[in-house]
Amino acid sequence: MEDTGLGLWGVPLAIIGGAIRVSTPFIFVSLGETITERSGRINLGLEGTLVLGAMTAYAVAATTGSTWLGVLAAMFVGSIFGIVHGWICKFPKVNDIAIGIAMMQFGLGLAFFLGKPFIQPIAPKLPSIPLGAWSDTPQVEAALNINVLFFIGAALALVLFWAFRHTRIGLILRVVGDSTDAARAMGIQPDFVRLVATAIGGSLAAIGGAYLSLYYPGSWNEGISSGQGLMAIALVIFARWNPVGCFLAALLFGGAGALGPALQSVGVTQGYYLFYAAPYVLTLIILIMTSSPNRPLIGAPGALSLTKL
Amino acid sequence: MTVEAENAVLPIAIRPSPFRPFLEWTARRAEPVVISLGAVLVGLALFSLFILAIGKSPVQLFQVMYTGAFGSWFSIQNSLSRAAPLLLTALCVALPARLGLIVIGGEGAVVLGGVAAAATALPLVGTVSPMLALLAMAIAGMLVGGLWVGLAGFLRHYRGVNETISSLLLAYLAIALMNQLVEGPLRDPASLNKPSTSPLPAEYMMGDIPGMTLHWGLLIGIGACILSWVLIELTSFGFAARIAGGNVRAAQIQGLPVGRLIVGFTAIAGSFAGLAGMIEVAAVQGSANASIVTGYGYTGILVAFLARHNPLAIIPVAVLLGGLEASGGLIQRRLGLPDATVMVLQGTLFVVILLCETFYDRFKVFNPDLWKRS
Repeated sequence: MEDTGLGLWGVPLAIIGGAIRVSTPFIFVSLGETITERSGRINLGLEGTLVLGAMTAYAVAATTGSTWLGVLAAMFVGSIFGIVHGWICKFPKVNDIAIGIAMMQFGLGLAFFLGKPFIQPIAPKLPSIPLGAWSDTPQVEAALNINVLFFIGAALALVLFWAFRHTRIGLILRVVGDSTDAARAMGIQPDFVRLVATAIGGSLAAIGGAYLSLYYPGSWNEGISSGQGLMAIALVIFARWNPVGCFLAALLFGGAGALGPALQSVGVTQGYYLFYAAPYVLTLIILIMTSSPNRPLIGAPGALSLTKL
Repeated sequence: MTVEAENAVLPIAIRPSPFRPFLEWTARRAEPVVISLGAVLVGLALFSLFILAIGKSPVQLFQVMYTGAFGSWFSIQNSLSRAAPLLLTALCVALPARLGLIVIGGEGAVVLGGVAAAATALPLVGTVSPMLALLAMAIAGMLVGGLWVGLAGFLRHYRGVNETISSLLLAYLAIALMNQLVEGPLRDPASLNKPSTSPLPAEYMMGDIPGMTLHWGLLIGIGACILSWVLIELTSFGFAARIAGGNVRAAQIQGLPVGRLIVGFTAIAGSFAGLAGMIEVAAVQGSANASIVTGYGYTGILVAFLARHNPLAIIPVAVLLGGLEASGGLIQRRLGLPDATVMVLQGTLFVVILLCETFYDRFKVFNPDLWKRS
């Protein structure tokens, strides 16, 4: 076993540090999906948006040298994808789940196609805040070196939590999500609200992608995402469409994702692939525990096709 | 559809004609064909715009695609051998779709079916005849694949878990399991750089159709499509499934065993995908390793949606998309475009096809009642 100076204490520390590092894309994708699903529509294509966002951010950052310009470009592209999804779904007889799958394949294809020339160049990284500077143990320092986007995500979760309850826009969103007819009766255009909600959801998911390519793991390649965009959607169900719940669930998922690397860092290599699969198993178990065959999910927006039986 | 176009066809219909039953039949059948073809043309047009935008010639690209896919006897056989697994993975999407389920985790069943087949072959090689070993491998692959996707169906009905998400999670889990098994207990010590199971001896491989460099998988796939069509259209099991797919409540009130239908259909679907994995091991790779994660499971989703979940329509669509996949290499070499070009085209087609679902029942020409008028 490699001596880390901390012995087995390195494992929980690495998991906490890893949870913060790994969870950031989950936070953004799940918050984006929460907004979309609260409007009564599901966008399963966020995995594609995430990867396309990762590619766009990396390409723009590598070309211009500005990481924040990269994040902005990713948000723009993500919102375009959201608008396309929202626009297509407003036609009758079009299945939003199937469109999500198609948009996922389209987004992945586009990202791999356009991202080919950017596999080699090196893009600058997003800044992080060294909260662990007080410690002289390198592991503690590394674990507490937290990216700015993590804090932005945490703040966004709180803002959304408040906005859903206490603002006019939040109310409109919830009405549209719970009953298309009630929204129409109030003079709200459900399709327009959903279009905007899907666009915002897409742009947030793309920030998650930008984090992947510009911070952790911090490079662009075709295997950059391993289903985070999809797991984040399951996470929204687990969090019951509550933004703060999404934030906490994202941390939990991040911790599960960090389990494999953390154990590997202290020399446990047996069953590496099984630890690597921990987030998928966790997602599945949570879905099984929280779903029920007899009633729609508690807290689910009424017009959401995902939870219809 | 413009008003003039409708008027142009009307007078023929109004005249009493011995062709009327035939016209009725044609009108009903023509709708999916015309709308799908129209969607494919629109998709190709959009893709051409994209290719123009990056400064390449779409005409040249389509020519290279055709050459790579069907331009020579060699490329035709290559395309057909790629179509073989697509037939089976498309069934993995199409069968549950008839029940109203969207299962997209066929890839997981392919991977685990391949591993199960390879593991079954290990003790059998040298002890039983190749024919028997292949049969055992096929059964093992189908069982494991059926269990894997059947689990998604089971969770859907008995726990209310969304099958789209659970099947995809199961696919990721399957790939992790495959890596663990191939690196660990099933690893052939001789495979150094790329962990694999022990390779099958040549006489235990599935072999080619006589006179061709094309393995038997294609015929197995076509057989599976025909069987599935019979199952859906001609058996009471399939009839019950179609009712449940149309309206679950109605099916339950009729006393149909909806739970058994869902688990049964997803399990059959998964066993086809598992069979595709077995074929990949027994006819192409010769052992189970990371190369059996081919993406056929994901292309199969597109095939099934393009074929509108009709098992017989899957056959031509799978051949076309097998050809498209086969042409990827030539596109890369001749035009210097990335291999993801094929993915972009597939994605475009997929989105447009789904968008065109909205045109069903919109055009009066396709309404059989129009042709009944006398």
